[in-house]
Amino acid sequence: MARKTLISTDEFCVHHHIEFSFIRNLCEFGLLETVKIDQTEFIKEHQLEKLERMLRLHNELDINLEGIDTIDNLLQKQQDLQKEVISLKNRLRLYEDFD
Amino acid sequence: MAFVDYYQALGITKSATDKDIKAAYRKMARKFHPDVNPDNKDAQKKFQEINEANEVLSDPEKRKKYDQYGKDWKHADQFQGARQSQQRQQQQSWGQQDFGGGGFGGDFGGEDYSDFFSSMFGRGKQRQANFKGQDFNAELRLNLRDVYTSQKQTLTVNGKNLRLTIPAGIENGQTIKIKGHGGPGTNGGPAGDLLIKFAIANDPEFKRVGSDLYKTVEVDLLTAVLGNEITIDTLNGKVKLKVNPETQNGAKVKLKGKGFPVYKKETQFGDLYITYLVKIPTGLTDKQKELFKQIFETDI
Repeated sequence: MARKTLISTDEFCVHHHIEFSFIRNLCEFGLLETVKIDQTEFIKEHQLEKLERMLRLHNELDINLEGIDTIDNLLQKQQDLQKEVISLKNRLRLYEDFD
Repeated sequence: MAFVDYYQALGITKSATDKDIKAAYRKMARKFHPDVNPDNKDAQKKFQEINEANEVLSDPEKRKKYDQYGKDWKHADQFQGARQSQQRQQQQSWGQQDFGGGGFGGDFGGEDYSDFFSSMFGRGKQRQANFKGQDFNAELRLNLRDVYTSQKQTLTVNGKNLRLTIPAGIENGQTIKIKGHGGPGTNGGPAGDLLIKFAIANDPEFKRVGSDLYKTVEVDLLTAVLGNEITIDTLNGKVKLKVNPETQNGAKVKLKGKGFPVYKKETQFGDLYITYLVKIPTGLTDKQKELFKQIFETDI
């Protein structure tokens, strides 16, 4: 059952025409975690979107791993701030009349 | 909108070298790339524009064509020759419009490339790189009570029916992403996503903060002073509540677990906070007023 949520790194590399070293570097940099089962490495499904985003940033914008890490952190901060804004707006509604 | 000034799009002049074009494209791409501008439609549009500009200007043959016919694009049909008649018709209809002097600003309406690009170079050979399709944005308006429980809805997106389960406890302003239901990708790139933003109207009875609910309940003076049991409405039915003697106006009580379901944890609920509003009797008779006086003369 658990394997259904894993994507083999080989398959990912073939599909995206990349070398495995890219994935290994991301792992070494702490940007990605893989799972090893029977000598095969897998990517967790929930990390796929992030991995594809990092790949695009690398391929399309020539951004190195340090840059990807920085962008990733800033995007996370942006997302957290957006959540906070929504939460504060909703809290403000306590003092407003209903629509 | 048919024409894009590719030089303007990249912020360069006509005399730009290949190196200048490459540098300008890289700079603009880093600024407007959809991955660094999530949920930003303007950036997405701009990114498509600069990709299109780079595709043309970085190819010497295409650039030559563009430089030759670009501004005077109304005559594009002359170099197109006897291409598809449908294309010619389009060009004639564009030719009737007046674009003189005012530039070519306008709306791309979500198209991958400008029509101008297609008319000059065809749609089949646009570029080698593949890109994710455009994200579509939609807003869904619901009432607070609608999202108290999970519910299934069928939405129609671009003519296709999409079954959607809206999880209970979704917040006002929250966006959920339906992967792959946006615009088609370019050159085999993945389709974009559908982003649905929820607008949840306030409720006349309940106010919500996160998974907690707030409600004001009126109690009569006698109940506030001597205490009693009252029945109040919650979102999952009526509950009996004991009002303590000597309850002050504005006093709050918490009903644990009677609030809103926690998003994606339907078995967990927030709390319901009740604020008492003590109703002072009006229209008292002289006798009643006298009795009140007597009470207060007893040094309470």
